[in-house]
Amino acid sequence: MSELPGDLLYTSEHEWLRREEDGSVTIGITDHAQTALGDLVYVELPEVGQDLDVGGEMAVVESVKAASDVYAPLAGSVVAVNEELTDDPEKINADPYGDGWIVRLQPSGDDGETMDPDAYQAFLDELDE
Amino acid sequence: MGLKTPLYSKHVEAGARIVDFGGWDMPLHYGSQIEEHHAVRTHAGAFDVSHMTVVDLQGEKATEFLRHLLANDVAKLKVQGKALYTAMLNHDGGVIDDLIVYFLEPTRFRLVVNSSTREKDVAWITEQAGAHLVDVTERPELAMIAVQGPKARELASVAIPSESREAALALKPFFGLETGDLFVARTGYTGEDGWEIVIPAADAESMWQAFLDAGIAPCGLGARDTLRLEAGMNLYGTDMDESSSPLESGLGWTIAWEPDDRDFIGREATARVRENKERQKFAGLLLEDRGVLRNHQRVVVDGIGDGEITSGGFSPTMQRSIALARLPAGNYLEAAVEVRGKLLAVSVVRPPFVRNGKTCIDL
Repeated sequence: MSELPGDLLYTSEHEWLRREEDGSVTIGITDHAQTALGDLVYVELPEVGQDLDVGGEMAVVESVKAASDVYAPLAGSVVAVNEELTDDPEKINADPYGDGWIVRLQPSGDDGETMDPDAYQAFLDELDE
Repeated sequence: MGLKTPLYSKHVEAGARIVDFGGWDMPLHYGSQIEEHHAVRTHAGAFDVSHMTVVDLQGEKATEFLRHLLANDVAKLKVQGKALYTAMLNHDGGVIDDLIVYFLEPTRFRLVVNSSTREKDVAWITEQAGAHLVDVTERPELAMIAVQGPKARELASVAIPSESREAALALKPFFGLETGDLFVARTGYTGEDGWEIVIPAADAESMWQAFLDAGIAPCGLGARDTLRLEAGMNLYGTDMDESSSPLESGLGWTIAWEPDDRDFIGREATARVRENKERQKFAGLLLEDRGVLRNHQRVVVDGIGDGEITSGGFSPTMQRSIALARLPAGNYLEAAVEVRGKLLAVSVVRPPFVRNGKTCIDL
């Protein structure tokens, strides 16, 4: 089991969130998620400027195995997308918490439910049982 | 907990991701499905296919029986060791299974059938065999390993007992060789050169390890699926089943209509489909846009009608998405596929997409 970065928040949909100094929030999928999906071959990104509600469809990640929706973990406006994933979706496999980030949102109010690293680890442990 | 092949502990030891496949605990991949795919296209890969079912047939009337049981004609097998790919149809012309039959001796044949269809296959074959006095023997005590790729035979030959090695290396494509308990055939399911090897379960671990030691990459079912899709080879249960005619599943080339008095099971029903000019066709699709084609997506042919993807996925060799699809009759080279509410442009092409490491479709 890999270490979970301690400075991130997590969701039950296996996404991670990092609060940036400018108030925006960077979002990606966790190591658990990329392992379960297998090699990624395609990522569909939202438009910069698009407004999303909590739970709204934010991106689609497709692996050799399946397509999986990535839902907005909080309400916000898209301020940046990781364009490099268009040509190199496997960056999500190689570095899910770094180069494999997917979207950056400027929060607009509603926060979804998140977990700290310990709570997410406990959540993963329960899934394994 | 599912069924386990004799190589299960080797897969776990190698860190494989294990998934359920028709009741069997099988390796999906050992780290990266795409790297395993490329290993087979450029070098060599080994697959545990021990879940597949080996059925041996013996009897004076074995040939006569198989000419009735199978849609392709075993009378084409004139030389010992020769293999034939065929569908096994029911009386309604639906595909019970696809299989390879090997001609071992004039009164003895070996069938390799799918694992997901094992029970119904064995029951069907046994039922049909009764009248022909042919012995039907399932061989669950045997393991099966496929080594595939341009370097596969050369690298794998070190693990073949020395008394059989030279003859194994001399096998022509689609021929098999039986030496005691060992059976080596120059067949496969990837579009690359290679062998499929049947050995007693007790010998499987040491042979598998010898392959890995020779530099052959262990490959899982994930890569097996993308390789066969690129090779334009059907998968039973998705591209064909009992509800579809072989003529609407890209298997027309495997139906032996001549001689016209050969009475094979499903002949009448299939002949009726053959007369129907509106029958669906089976073709390849190449996605022009970014994205990934998936099983069951709707294909829209402008002004003609709808079809359906039977197998879709991403081709690591072409770096594009490809599919096999059942499509409305007609001549057309373009269509669209509905992916999450959007229509994406596809070219209609003739498989295979990739053979012997090279792309066969204009991109």
